[in-house]
Amino acid sequence: MNWTWFYRLGSPLWFYQTTTRWLPWLSLLAIVLLSTGLIWGLGFAPQDAKQGNSFRIIYLHVPTSFLALAGYFLMAAAGAIGLIWKMKLSYMIMKSAAPIGAALTFLALFTGAVWGKPTWGSYWVWDARITSMLILLFLYFGVLALQYAFHNEEAGNKASAVLALVGTVNIPIIYKSVDWWYTLHQPSTIKLTSAPSMHPDMFQPLLVMILGFYCFYVVALCLFTRVEILRRERKTAWVGELAARSSKEIESDKK
Amino acid sequence: MRSSASNGFCAYLRRDLRLSHRRLGEAASPLIFFIMVSTLVPLGITPDPASLALVASGIIWVLALLATMLSANDLFAADYQDGSLEQLLISPQVLVMPVLGKVTAHWLVTGLPLTIVSPLLGLMLSLPEAGYLPMMASLALGTACLSLLGAVGAALTVSLQKGGMLLALVVMPLYMPVIIFGGATVQYGIDGLAWTGPLAILGAMLAAAVALCPLAIAGVLRLTSIN
Amino acid sequence: MKFQFQDLSQMLTMDGHGVYVWSAVIVTLIIIIGLIVRPLLQHKVVLNQIAQDLAREKLRKKVTGESN
Repeated sequence: MNWTWFYRLGSPLWFYQTTTRWLPWLSLLAIVLLSTGLIWGLGFAPQDAKQGNSFRIIYLHVPTSFLALAGYFLMAAAGAIGLIWKMKLSYMIMKSAAPIGAALTFLALFTGAVWGKPTWGSYWVWDARITSMLILLFLYFGVLALQYAFHNEEAGNKASAVLALVGTVNIPIIYKSVDWWYTLHQPSTIKLTSAPSMHPDMFQPLLVMILGFYCFYVVALCLFTRVEILRRERKTAWVGELAARSSKEIESDKK
Repeated sequence: MRSSASNGFCAYLRRDLRLSHRRLGEAASPLIFFIMVSTLVPLGITPDPASLALVASGIIWVLALLATMLSANDLFAADYQDGSLEQLLISPQVLVMPVLGKVTAHWLVTGLPLTIVSPLLGLMLSLPEAGYLPMMASLALGTACLSLLGAVGAALTVSLQKGGMLLALVVMPLYMPVIIFGGATVQYGIDGLAWTGPLAILGAMLAAAVALCPLAIAGVLRLTSIN
Repeated sequence: MKFQFQDLSQMLTMDGHGVYVWSAVIVTLIIIIGLIVRPLLQHKVVLNQIAQDLAREKLRKKVTGESN
């Protein structure tokens, strides 16, 4: 089977050029989806019978939680691809996914805490989901810290990739352990998250927000990766030309 | 005639034990840390035995975790400094067995003493009587897990300058399931429930760690011992 | 589908929950916009740095070339 398409994927130049073409459109899509979803959810979706208007935070909390977790797996997968196929671009994507994922995890925790105050009376509750999300944040911190600690790029790539993979193996273990620990100490089965069956009027804007956030994630990931490409490929001809052209543009703009 | 695999294990086990024996002060510091820091708890919280009894199991476990984590860095650091790690990497041994030998030596020098001394801490922190046996059992299995996981972190950070702090950061989320079940074992014992349940899960974690961590450590050491 | 609030000021207060909902929205927006703006700025900075390095390199080569 012809695998050239896969190996072409590994070319930073190809990635840079393709993203230059497609990012404006993807960004537009993300903006449209996010603003539509947000206005819909905040203004037009019916409020929850029990939680009132504070439930609207769900339109931020659920997408960020999904992406926090999905982002970690993407980071680990990129690391695995880098380790197996020794693809530089894959390592760059892994490195870019880390800060975005960490920021989204923080957002998930923050929106969750802010949601908790009016709903259950306190900002922080050590329930299974929140605790697991906090540990996920720590996993992200570990990968971030390890990335920036290495001087040797090769070693840093590999170490971060291995750590991301070790973390991935641990995520189900951590979640199961925390879940078990929480039910151990809270025998009452209070469902602290919203009921799984939601009215379609509430669910539709959530879907739009989830899609919008995924688009946003891809845009952010591509933007971070493009900078990383420039940094790592600075010695190549095409980056040199790009830099020269952009500085000439600045010069001519100044005149 | 013993196979070369177990030779590697025994050789490095004996080597590390001998090295620890020569630097007994350094080797004993996690233990001394464990004992001394436990006095911070009544000083910082309350000397009231009833209140201490509530948190004793958790405190002892947290302190054991911290002591193990602090000593994890020494697993490969000294060898990296004087070049013997490189020698290990280019030797014809299957890397997994020497690694397992070193981690076992680490546990014998840190985890096992912690386990043996834990009843003393239980006494100082008013641990209920029913908790002593589960405490020792969970610490015995749990510190072995912690040594193995800590070694993974140590391998990742071996070539870094400020490796110690980074190791702690990296390894902490991996430690959390261990302390959940370790603490639960003691708590079950105190509450009169079947504490062999969570203990069995700890045992399962240890089994998985013994099987998988040396592989990860060996792989990482090959990848990252250059900086 | 109808607008759930009487007017915009009611939407701001949201029956007392407004503080929570809007602080969540604002922090989310800040972080999201930050995650976009930061790489865009870094992009420009890195390109500038590379251009400067190249210019310096060219100058250096010219100087050492002429001295040959």
